[in-house]
Amino acid sequence: MIEDIELETLINDVYEYYGFDFSCYSRASLKRRVNRLFHLDGFTHFHEFLSKVRYDSEYYKRMVDEITVNVTEMFRDPAFYSVVRNEILPLLGTKPFIRLWHAGCSTGEEVYSMAIMLKEAGLLHKSLIYATDINATVLETAKKGIFPLRMMKEYSENYRTSGGQEDFSSYYIANYGIAKFNEELAEKMVFSQHNLVSDTSFNEFDLILCRNVLIYFDNDLQKRVINLFDESLAVLGFLALGTKETIKYSIPMSKYKQLDKEKIWRKIK
Amino acid sequence: MEENKIISGIKVVIIGGSAGSLNALMQILPELPDLNGFAIVLVVHRKSTDDQTLEDLISLKSSIPFKLTEDKVPLLPGYVYVAPSNYHLLFEKNETMSLDISEKINYSRPSIDVSFESAAEIFGSSLVGILLSGSNSDGTQGLKMIKDAGGTIAVQNPLSADMPFMPNNAILYNDPEYILNINEILRFIISINS
Repeated sequence: MIEDIELETLINDVYEYYGFDFSCYSRASLKRRVNRLFHLDGFTHFHEFLSKVRYDSEYYKRMVDEITVNVTEMFRDPAFYSVVRNEILPLLGTKPFIRLWHAGCSTGEEVYSMAIMLKEAGLLHKSLIYATDINATVLETAKKGIFPLRMMKEYSENYRTSGGQEDFSSYYIANYGIAKFNEELAEKMVFSQHNLVSDTSFNEFDLILCRNVLIYFDNDLQKRVINLFDESLAVLGFLALGTKETIKYSIPMSKYKQLDKEKIWRKIK
Repeated sequence: MEENKIISGIKVVIIGGSAGSLNALMQILPELPDLNGFAIVLVVHRKSTDDQTLEDLISLKSSIPFKLTEDKVPLLPGYVYVAPSNYHLLFEKNETMSLDISEKINYSRPSIDVSFESAAEIFGSSLVGILLSGSNSDGTQGLKMIKDAGGTIAVQNPLSADMPFMPNNAILYNDPEYILNINEILRFIISINS
């Protein structure tokens, strides 16, 4: 395992050379990710790894891609999607136009899940989903809407459990081990790079989803990001986080009302 | 086996298990009195994301206060915590717990190795690691990390385990100080810090 002091040196150097700030990332996870990459790429001395990161900007990009976690799935936590489908979409449906922001969307599986639900609710035509991530590589994948075919059985089960009634396979075309999702779903998606650590609010939204991203941040950064979401959320809009994340340490709870047991809060003032 | 050695200064007892471990835990947890100044963290493989059986059983059958494990919750002595399914559970220097959804390790999330290794790094010699029944090799490497960091390790006697592979594998590679039947594990935990 790499040493704490080595990790701190890396964090400092990355900030100095590239302006990217990892200093508020949770150390336990960050250290695991850096350690994994260090061994994966066959380094034996940390100073070799460090100078590669410093002087090879392509390698720096690879490092950021690899240490930011990009594990996601369609309809992850079906119970959550069931609440969105049954309780939130009907409320959003009364609006003439629906703006959604999926922050930290990774390769886009959850963005396509949302588009499917909007389509089934008859709302996709008047919706716009902004999907952002710090990692440009995953956004390219997300834009294409191409996911591994071998995952479709599990995604189809998640979809059913979340209350989906259609034939899930009608949403994609299977070909040579890949599932290409219908382009109609992507028509209302806008993908762009956005860094929650340093970038600001860029619009006002009715629903902001940011699931399993805050777990990688320390308390101070979580607070900053939740306040960024608060600034970006319309009154009576919804904020949805991962099943083990909370806003309660970051913002006065008098401004928000939690829905059921799910990690969804409505901004009430 | 050093049955009479006093284990003191313990902050955390981390217990890992897979197939068959629920059975062992249900014989241990309901019998435990108040914890002696340490916390228990359970890292158990489960089938699905929504599986709350373990949490429900603990809150119903055990008198030890139980806290839901959410991101960045502090680890407090006297409580039982359970690694949520579909997340890896890690420990931070300020003794809070954090979560991670990165790749499965040993086909598992939570992975016992991941949590054991992280706990070993933070708690060193004030950590006890116990590995229960199971049918894969998760936990073996983690126990080694706990031992190397000065912690104490115990493994369920494979003869008493529903699935002996996991404890057998750990014994083969780690030479644990304690190999215990279920009732011995109970007495072992009660003896900690007393």
